[in-house]
Amino acid sequence: MSSQQTASSAALGKADSVPQDSYISNEYGIKSWLLTLDHKRIAILYLISMTAFFFLGGAFAVAIRLELLTPHGDLMEAETYNKFFTQHGMVMVFFFLLPSIPAVFGNFLLPLMLGAKDLAFPRLNLLSWYIFMIGGILALYAIITGGVDTGWTFYTPYSSTYANSQVMVAGIALFITGFSSILTGLNFLVTIHRMRAPGLTWFRLPLFVWAHYATSVIMLLGTPVLAITILMLALERGFGMGFFDPKLGGDPILFQHLFWFYSHPAVYIMILPAMGVISEVISCFARKRVFGYHFIAFSSMAIAVLGFLVWGHHLFVSGQSAYAGMVFSFLSMVVAIPSAVKVFNWSATLFKGSISLQTPMLYCLGFIGLFTIGGLTGLFLATLSVDVHLHDTYFVVAHFHYVMVGGVVMAYMAAIHFWWPKITGRMYPEMAARFSAIVIFIGFNLTFFPQFLLGYLGMPRRYHVYPDEFQVLNVFSTAGASILGIGYLIPMVYFVWSLWWGKPASSNPWQAKGLEWTIASPPSPHNFEQIPVVTEEAYAYASDAQFVSAFDTDDQAKQSSHV
Amino acid sequence: MSHNISSLGYYLRVFATLLILTAATVGAAFIDFGAFSTPIAMTIAMTKGLLVVLFFMHVWHSKKLTWLFAAAGFLWLVILIGMTFGDIVSRGWQGQPAL
Repeated sequence: MSSQQTASSAALGKADSVPQDSYISNEYGIKSWLLTLDHKRIAILYLISMTAFFFLGGAFAVAIRLELLTPHGDLMEAETYNKFFTQHGMVMVFFFLLPSIPAVFGNFLLPLMLGAKDLAFPRLNLLSWYIFMIGGILALYAIITGGVDTGWTFYTPYSSTYANSQVMVAGIALFITGFSSILTGLNFLVTIHRMRAPGLTWFRLPLFVWAHYATSVIMLLGTPVLAITILMLALERGFGMGFFDPKLGGDPILFQHLFWFYSHPAVYIMILPAMGVISEVISCFARKRVFGYHFIAFSSMAIAVLGFLVWGHHLFVSGQSAYAGMVFSFLSMVVAIPSAVKVFNWSATLFKGSISLQTPMLYCLGFIGLFTIGGLTGLFLATLSVDVHLHDTYFVVAHFHYVMVGGVVMAYMAAIHFWWPKITGRMYPEMAARFSAIVIFIGFNLTFFPQFLLGYLGMPRRYHVYPDEFQVLNVFSTAGASILGIGYLIPMVYFVWSLWWGKPASSNPWQAKGLEWTIASPPSPHNFEQIPVVTEEAYAYASDAQFVSAFDTDDQAKQSSHV
Repeated sequence: MSHNISSLGYYLRVFATLLILTAATVGAAFIDFGAFSTPIAMTIAMTKGLLVVLFFMHVWHSKKLTWLFAAAGFLWLVILIGMTFGDIVSRGWQGQPAL
């Protein structure tokens, strides 16, 4: 019997209680966590720290939306507002979105999906978390001791010459954090190349693994450029070395070239793992093999490469040559193709599937719709002439929030619900989870859809005051943000609740395919008692497979265990 | 990964070559080669970088996969520099001052 067949039979097994020899319970004490080399525990360390950063970044967003409730600067001064939107962006991008799915779910799941006992370099993995935390704490220090007001993009000459805030400290924080990303990418690449179980060929890999492979390539090849860029900024700001200032012999938009060479692919560092999550979840809850497996796998690689050729679309109105603009505009259209391949293939996967609307699937469907809107509005912005009108307006803000929040955060929520039983050994309350998924979807759209209209009408981003005629749409947006905030708080409550009172999860509550579902929930410290041998393709769901709710399965299992 | 336990002399020879090339960089800075100044300095720097990558970082003795990733790093550098210069050079075509 293949290991993936074992997965389906395990689904029918009894819903065991949380095992005592799991990675959670085999050791106790703070030291056992802070010095752990277990990829699963390190994933939990990331989960806790990034959740804290998420709510910190969210708090800044709340303040921004409250300020924008009225057209006047009632709540804060312009300078404070500058700091708040900068810190919102900086915390969310660098300390939540970029590491979110790779650091938590990539760390936890890659060895499980590959049939390995850990990542290739466990010590390097722990070092990555410590580097991440050092960078994070330094960023917090910058925020507390005066804040940063440059925007998360740190554009020169403001950041290099004029800003009087904690630019240097924040820059060093990001410089340090980047190394965490590089080391994680390196670890994943080596693990995927070297530690696949026997029989787990490249085209039997789950698409989550393909997505993380592509992501790791970007992390490894792109992140050093961010480090160099920040270093150049620090050298110009601190020592007057001329890189960007024309008076010192620099090029005024070189900073933007270097910054976006990393930061545009960084969007793919966020979205590619999210796409990997969607492939796993949609296949499970449609009970079908993902349509066009090879196309989805190769589209991840295509995005990783093409994503590096489009950065100039951020510079259309910066003084970049129109000829370069045309090339970047064309290439930006091209990079939409592999993303569209994925969306069409997911839609085709749903066709004639046995669809079950469990919470992860709700988030998954939300992702497809919202990411499509985010992606298509990206094409508006990649069009040279249209961008002249829309650049630096709320249209841009709405566009990237549809990709980053509507895309990445929805997929993150899908992932945490899908794999929560595996991570904790407990089920979350399904009805509360479905309710919060719907609240988040409504709150998100109410927050960000009006911003498309505001941007189209000409409201610029990064101002704390605006003309009176924009107030109605801003009130909608702030109301939506309140709903969205509540939507994010509800899962916090029921996830914590489920740790103590959630129903014990069986090893495979969703009857999903994949090696991670063949082992106990939560897994033992070394994952597999014996190295599994894979003999079939990924997502080998039977053609007549029907979904049975995990909650029903557990009930049935309990009844059978009483017999 | 294939391991190569090279002798101390091997590393010292590479190190000596790097020192000579550093001296060449300094020397070239004192001579006016006109338009060739930058290409000469860059060529010396790239040679030094290659020596470090190939020998100190053991790529020379590694498998093809390692070569592939090392080459990818250089390809990405070409993309970064090439497309950035594409902008800077073509600014002049619009009647604006170029580099």
